[in-house]
Amino acid sequence: SQEPVSMAEQEAKPQIILMGLRRCGKSSIAQVVFNKITPNGTVLLESTTKIEFTDIETNTFLHYELVEIPGQMDIFESTVPMNHEGLFSNCDAVIYIIDCSDSYESALPYLYQIVTCAHKINPKIRFEVFIHKTDVLRQDGDKLAIRRSIYYKVTRDLQDSCLEAVKLHFYLTSIYDYSIFEALSSVVQKLIPELPTLENMLNLLNQKCRIEKSYLFDLHSKIYIATDSTPLDIAMYALVSDMIDTVLDLANIYDSGSDAKDANLSSTFELNNKSFLFLKKVNQYLALVVFMTGEDLQETSGLIEYNFYLFKKALENVFEIRTRKSKEKLL
Amino acid sequence: MGNKKKVLLMGKSGAGKTSMRSIIFANYVARDTRRLGPTMNVEHSYIRFLGTMVLNLWDCGGQPNYFDNYITPQREQIFKGAEVLIFVISVETKELQDDLRLYQSCLEALAHLSPEAKIVCLISKMDLIADEKREQEFSVRESEIKRRSLPLKVTCYPTSIWDESLYKAWSSIIYSLVPNIAKFESSLNMFADIMRADEVLLFEKATYLIIAHSVRRKHPDGHRFEKISNIIKQFKLNASRYVANLHTMRMEIINGDLKILLDMLTPNTAIMVVITDPLVYPAAISLNIQTARKHFEMLEKLDRAPAMQFGDPKV
Ligand SMILES: Nc1nc2c(ncn2[C@@H]2O[C@H](COP(=O)(O)OP(=O)(O)OP(=O)(O)O)[C@@H](O)[C@H]2O)c(=O)[nH]1
Ligand SMILES: Nc1nc2c(ncn2[C@@H]2O[C@H](COP(=O)(O)OP(=O)(O)O)[C@@H](O)[C@H]2O)c(=O)[nH]1
Ligand SMILES: [Mg+2]
Repeated sequence: SQEPVSMAEQEAKPQIILMGLRRCGKSSIAQVVFNKITPNGTVLLESTTKIEFTDIETNTFLHYELVEIPGQMDIFESTVPMNHEGLFSNCDAVIYIIDCSDSYESALPYLYQIVTCAHKINPKIRFEVFIHKTDVLRQDGDKLAIRRSIYYKVTRDLQDSCLEAVKLHFYLTSIYDYSIFEALSSVVQKLIPELPTLENMLNLLNQKCRIEKSYLFDLHSKIYIATDSTPLDIAMYALVSDMIDTVLDLANIYDSGSDAKDANLSSTFELNNKSFLFLKKVNQYLALVVFMTGEDLQETSGLIEYNFYLFKKALENVFEIRTRKSKEKLL
Repeated sequence: MGNKKKVLLMGKSGAGKTSMRSIIFANYVARDTRRLGPTMNVEHSYIRFLGTMVLNLWDCGGQPNYFDNYITPQREQIFKGAEVLIFVISVETKELQDDLRLYQSCLEALAHLSPEAKIVCLISKMDLIADEKREQEFSVRESEIKRRSLPLKVTCYPTSIWDESLYKAWSSIIYSLVPNIAKFESSLNMFADIMRADEVLLFEKATYLIIAHSVRRKHPDGHRFEKISNIIKQFKLNASRYVANLHTMRMEIINGDLKILLDMLTPNTAIMVVITDPLVYPAAISLNIQTARKHFEMLEKLDRAPAMQFGDPKV
């Protein structure tokens, strides 16, 4: 079952590789985000022994494959028969996970090896470094210090090998809070060719309705596939994501199963009569979720309703264009 | 104040007493409880409930020397005038017999000084037991506790701070303390009928414990009430990190014919209405909640409430 997929298929489907030393948290991340295991539940996970392929078809815009390379398999070890060419040539991004509850420096040589090798094979690969298990650090200051230290060491090593052109992105993550979802959202969004269009659409929506922040969410994984171009705000992501949980949990209790997949789920939360969250499903997978404050709900709800409708139409157009393009390609 | 209810929270040190009260009454999330130190002596908290009722919670530190004090020198002071004794025993306790001896000495004091008091036993930390063994482990302890309580009657609940079981136990404790609960219930029934609701739930607003409900349509999930308390409380806690002083919340969820509306009812309660009748529109639900507000405010003041009058739900 571990046979590599045929070339044609592989090309069509973006690939993200998860790597890192043993027990750094790769399987936990995949399980928490995509299989809804609770963070506490990951304590029971066994060490992975073979390469795991997971097909993730989250929504109409995104269909990709997650490849987990077990930590006990050092791909540069001569005893491991590994075709580096095959591994990296079709890959879009490598997520390298560093366990910061352990001595993180021991994770850096492997990262360096991977970057050098993969970049040579495929200069288009993006390197995303997750400084993981940050929940064990007491203070935010510690997190930033570790991040700075890792950043410094890695860039220095790359400069020494004249690889300063390779850009690495760093994220502080933990499965015990929202940071892992936020980080994965940022990584996954880059696989979507229409991202700039989606961002523009959201910016426009914000302008029209005096919205502060808007997201296009994949309801199942709670990864957002696009947001407007205002700065990221983890607290806002948390609020919006809590709303999604609440809506889905309550609806699930009372939905008799049949119409749970309906594309017309919608919800309004009003906090202290002055902050509002709106959610509306725009297709089977995706929901538009927005936050606004200081507006009169009576006055704005009609406006929002209308603009959500326009957004939904526009989204359908964007998606149609994609399907048409990929069909043309085939012909 | 005539409406003060004394509630004793007792059990061995580390059983989880302070953790549960902090989660139910002090807006802690389960993870925060790891920071709690052992309770020194008795910690009192006063929780205002439904306007005129005040819950006076005595969290009695469970280290042996404190316990000795409760049983002898402070006996009267501790056990007199109690309405409920909540005794907490951790499921992972090494010496259950030890816990039970303490429990029995409390019962003895209670029988003398507050013979009318209700007795509740909570088996805590159930999450530490594998799923499939929970029921068995609980019922072994339950029957032992019941036997050791005779001739007194005790109600036992399994709890864990990591799931909704905590809300189930505390809801029923609170339920038994609200004096005019029957009036709330009959008003809620009437309201549900007029609204053609599937069900209507009434929450205490600070804790989101369910204090009354009216069910007009059978629902397969018998645990949904505590799940709902848990879900809404979690949201409230999380959201208060973003919205300072979060004191009112309104939620509307619509999925096809299903409409769920949560709104504040009185200054101390919130209401949730669930309707699947396709002929009832969300706007009508809001309107009727507005109408019901006055009536329930009166009920809270223990006055004689006038008959309810509602508009046509089909607006
Ligand atoms: N504190 C903390 N522990 C974590 C976090 N993520 C994972 N862990 C723990 O780290 C341990 C190892 O996690 P795994 O996901 O099995 O590690 P892995 O990278 O898949 O390891 P291999 O399969 O051996 O390569 C588990 O006990 C997890 O519970 C985190 O964010 N915080
Ligand atoms: N796993 C688990 N731990 C719990 C539970 N309740 C409390 N604890 C933990 O038990 C410890 C002691 O709790 P505490 O409330 O201080 O006990 P008290 O002495 O009875 O007040 C804390 O570290 C809590 O986090 C539970 O339901 N499950
Ligand atoms: Mg693994």
